[in-house]
Amino acid sequence: MGNKQTIFTQEQLDAYQDCTFFTRKEILRLFYRYRDLAPQLVPLDYTNKPAVTLPYELIGSMPELKDNPFRQRIAEVFSEHGDGNMTLDDFLDMFSVLSEMAPRDLKAYYAFKIYDFNNDDYICKSDLEKTVNKLTRNELTPEEVSLVCEKVIYEADVDNDGKLSLEDFQHMIVRAPDFLSTFHIRI
Amino acid sequence: EDKGEDESKEEDNGSQQNRASRRKNYQRKNRDGKKAREEGSQKKDRGKTAPTKDQKESENKEKKTTKRGKEGENKQKKDRKNSTSSASSNSSDEESLSEEELAMLKEQVEQKKKLISTMRNKPWRMVKKLSVLREAQDFVEKFEGALGKGKGKKLYAYKMMMAKKWVKFKRDFENFKTQCIPWEMKIKEVESHFGSSVASYFIFLRWMYGVNLVLFGLIFGLVIIPEVLMGMPYGSMPRKTVPRAEQATAMDFSVLWDFEGYIKYSALFYGYYNNQRTIGWLKYRLPMAYFMVGISVFGYSLMVVIRSMARNANESTADGDDDNFIFSWKMFTSWDYLIGNPETADNKFASITTSFKESIVDEQESNKDENIHLRRFLRVLANVLIICCLCGSGYLIYFVVKRSQTFSKMQNVGWYERNEVEIVMSLLGMFCPPLFETIAALENYHPRIGLKWQLGRIFALFLGNLYTFLLALMDDVNEKLAEEDVVKNITHWTLLGHHNSSAGNDSTVTPPPLDPADVPRGPCWETTVGIEFVRLTVSDILVTYITILVGDFIRACFVRFVNYCWCWDLEAGFPSYAEFDISGNVLGLIFNQGMIWMGSFYAPGLVGINVLRLLTSMYFQCWAVMSSNVPHERVFKASKSNNFYMGLLLLILFLSLLPVAYTIMSLPPSFDCGPFSGKKRMYDVIQETIELDFPLFVAKIFSYVANPGLIIPAILLMVLAIYYLNAVSEAYQRANAELKKKMQMQREEEKNKRNNKASTNPMLQDLEDLLTPSTKTESPPKQTEDKKIESPNGTSPVRKPGRGEVLDGSPMAGGRGAAFIPPSPVFVTQPRTLGVRAPYPGQPRPWGHPLGPVPGRGRGQPCY
Repeated sequence: MGNKQTIFTQEQLDAYQDCTFFTRKEILRLFYRYRDLAPQLVPLDYTNKPAVTLPYELIGSMPELKDNPFRQRIAEVFSEHGDGNMTLDDFLDMFSVLSEMAPRDLKAYYAFKIYDFNNDDYICKSDLEKTVNKLTRNELTPEEVSLVCEKVIYEADVDNDGKLSLEDFQHMIVRAPDFLSTFHIRI
Repeated sequence: EDKGEDESKEEDNGSQQNRASRRKNYQRKNRDGKKAREEGSQKKDRGKTAPTKDQKESENKEKKTTKRGKEGENKQKKDRKNSTSSASSNSSDEESLSEEELAMLKEQVEQKKKLISTMRNKPWRMVKKLSVLREAQDFVEKFEGALGKGKGKKLYAYKMMMAKKWVKFKRDFENFKTQCIPWEMKIKEVESHFGSSVASYFIFLRWMYGVNLVLFGLIFGLVIIPEVLMGMPYGSMPRKTVPRAEQATAMDFSVLWDFEGYIKYSALFYGYYNNQRTIGWLKYRLPMAYFMVGISVFGYSLMVVIRSMARNANESTADGDDDNFIFSWKMFTSWDYLIGNPETADNKFASITTSFKESIVDEQESNKDENIHLRRFLRVLANVLIICCLCGSGYLIYFVVKRSQTFSKMQNVGWYERNEVEIVMSLLGMFCPPLFETIAALENYHPRIGLKWQLGRIFALFLGNLYTFLLALMDDVNEKLAEEDVVKNITHWTLLGHHNSSAGNDSTVTPPPLDPADVPRGPCWETTVGIEFVRLTVSDILVTYITILVGDFIRACFVRFVNYCWCWDLEAGFPSYAEFDISGNVLGLIFNQGMIWMGSFYAPGLVGINVLRLLTSMYFQCWAVMSSNVPHERVFKASKSNNFYMGLLLLILFLSLLPVAYTIMSLPPSFDCGPFSGKKRMYDVIQETIELDFPLFVAKIFSYVANPGLIIPAILLMVLAIYYLNAVSEAYQRANAELKKKMQMQREEEKNKRNNKASTNPMLQDLEDLLTPSTKTESPPKQTEDKKIESPNGTSPVRKPGRGEVLDGSPMAGGRGAAFIPPSPVFVTQPRTLGVRAPYPGQPRPWGHPLGPVPGRGRGQPCY
């Protein structure tokens, strides 16, 4: 496979293939996607690991993300400092988790983090309200929203502390028939 | 630190602990074996394991993670040190390395390797993954070589190298394989515009294309190409020549379009093949190959369909139909992350909102059936109407096919008369589904159930049409068979007469052979059947494409451009843009495939046509969808119906197997065309091959195996096996359901337990406070206490007295008594029973006295 790409060394590519669910070609394609967001910022040589970070505004404007109501949360969860700005590593991480090959548990873990808006390791009622409002674009009345949230907590809260822990969430989500097919971005 | 990392670390640590303890064991052994140099490290080891245990108990998470992290590093370092020392000693005297040490090292290496292979499943940041990966790789690299000794070492190193190479090869191969999957980007584009349901059709189409490519390879590689290359050339014998009468028009387009003329006498159809046992210098047994390929087409298709069904079923094991999580699932899995198009996103938002509202309404009033009689009547009416439609369409087709048989006997019939069957079938396929949909509106089913009904009805329509067509075709074939007998005699006499006449003229010279074009032919029913199927397929393709072009593209153009000068809004109003009809398209694809399976035995070229069709429709439909369709208003999920489609495909495969098997097994092949001509039955070719080409005992074995005395028990055995397996799977299912129920109950119980704990605790607090000062009046608390324990009566008669004893025995030690109480509130499950079920009258209440009046009770009670 002695191609003339000089962006990564062979070791880097191998390491990325070990750490993500992507093939070599997909990694290169993702790199180009990343670079296309800001060609002036991203160098074409990653062999010495330049510390380049793209701001959230650029990441969120990707066609894959721009219509997603949770795009900001996704970017925040996967960025290193939680601010939505991403390095190439974060970028690869994000699409690796959202790829088709990623196992259910990994996806569930990150989905939990995405829906945990206030980062307190629990999905509490305010997180649920935010989720519903984002999903319906504020078209439900406050009573309906709170009813839905209560129902969700009633259904999924096993340990009955009024909020969903990661275990509750996983317990619920592994049974969901559509989770794998919807929580994935093909790139 | 976040929790996930913590967890994974914990997991890691667990394994490390495991290892440590094992090592301890091993070291203990070593001590016996007086190994002084391990002493120091052993101490260290012990010192290290102790804190881990302590830490496990400690609740301080923050501390734990950091410490553990450090510790993990420490340990790794230590490991390395440890093993470096052993490695160095290893180099000095290899024999001193004990077996256990080796095993341990090996295990560590294995563990690291496992870590490397599962690295991608860890929810860590990339930086961390990379560094851990590098560490692990270094470790493996370093100590792989140390394993094994002397010659074994080299061998081991070699093995390791090969393993590495193998991994690399596998990875490259994976890369290659993913590159070979076509249309990934196209489907992705469709997916992002229309959501996963529309894309599922294209994925199905691609899968079908793959299957057909394999069938195409089989048929072309093993039948058509050998015949063309090695068989007798065109014009060498009657079956490979256009008859004299047709020769004038054989090249006309109108004739070719009907698959007559030169096409009829080509390798695309059954009749062209010669019955010579072997052809060419390879001695290729063509009739045998033809038969085997015909069978293996079905065999392969069956295998592929069933395998993919099983895989689908495996993947979707988790999805129960339990409706415990309606709202949670709606909340967390309804957004399709694939959507990358604002319009689709709008639709999705709207559909999610409506689905939430629907569930809320459902929740609020679960039963609101107002007029069940009217609805039942309407449903019966709808079904009657639809059955009428189905019968009508069946009769229409039968009528048309009958008529076409009379047309086929007449000369110079028009284009319409010749293609009447195909036209009528296509029209029925076009207009009946919308009609069904209109009728189904009467029924007022839930859309998901409605869709299933609709699919079932269209399926029944298509199936009915197909089988009517087949029956009519069967009539045709029988007529042809009768005709054949007559022709056979004529041919025989003609040949004989020709021979005689030439012999009579000049007896010394061998007679010039009769020109193959002049020999009278039988009707060759196999080719007729093949032509019917090819025609049906082609007209189906054309109708599909024209429907797309007119119904989608022209309509979209009209709506788009005429909208500027029209009196109402065309885009939002009546015609609007078309939606992509997933179910119709999938069904069309499935039926088309059924036709291919049925026809491919008599028209080997049919699969080639189908491959072309699938290829073009991939591009054409992708283009049409992207250019002229709008996303669905209510996007229904495709994931679940996937196996539904596969099931339909399997059914069609089975149904198309039946007529082919029937014709093969019970109709005599034509006498003058096809690879089986001259035989009584088509399957005789197998017997012939066995008798002539295999040693005698094979024939003997075969005759034994084919004995009904053996086949019937075999079938019986299979039936029994099916019955047994079915029973087993049912038992498993029941066990599964039981477990599910148990889990559900447990969950509920736990919930209630916690619920009550939370609500009783303050109450108990009050109780406690009041208990300690004095014991006063008893009646109200007694009553409640009583109720509390007896309301769930039956759940725990055992523990009731226990609790009574506790309270009774130590009325003053309220604190301790309270400590016993928390587990018991489990029994307070049903709040409603409180009011309904009175405590047993006249039952002694040994525990009642010490309890004081509790004002807090009043507060606590509403909680139940």
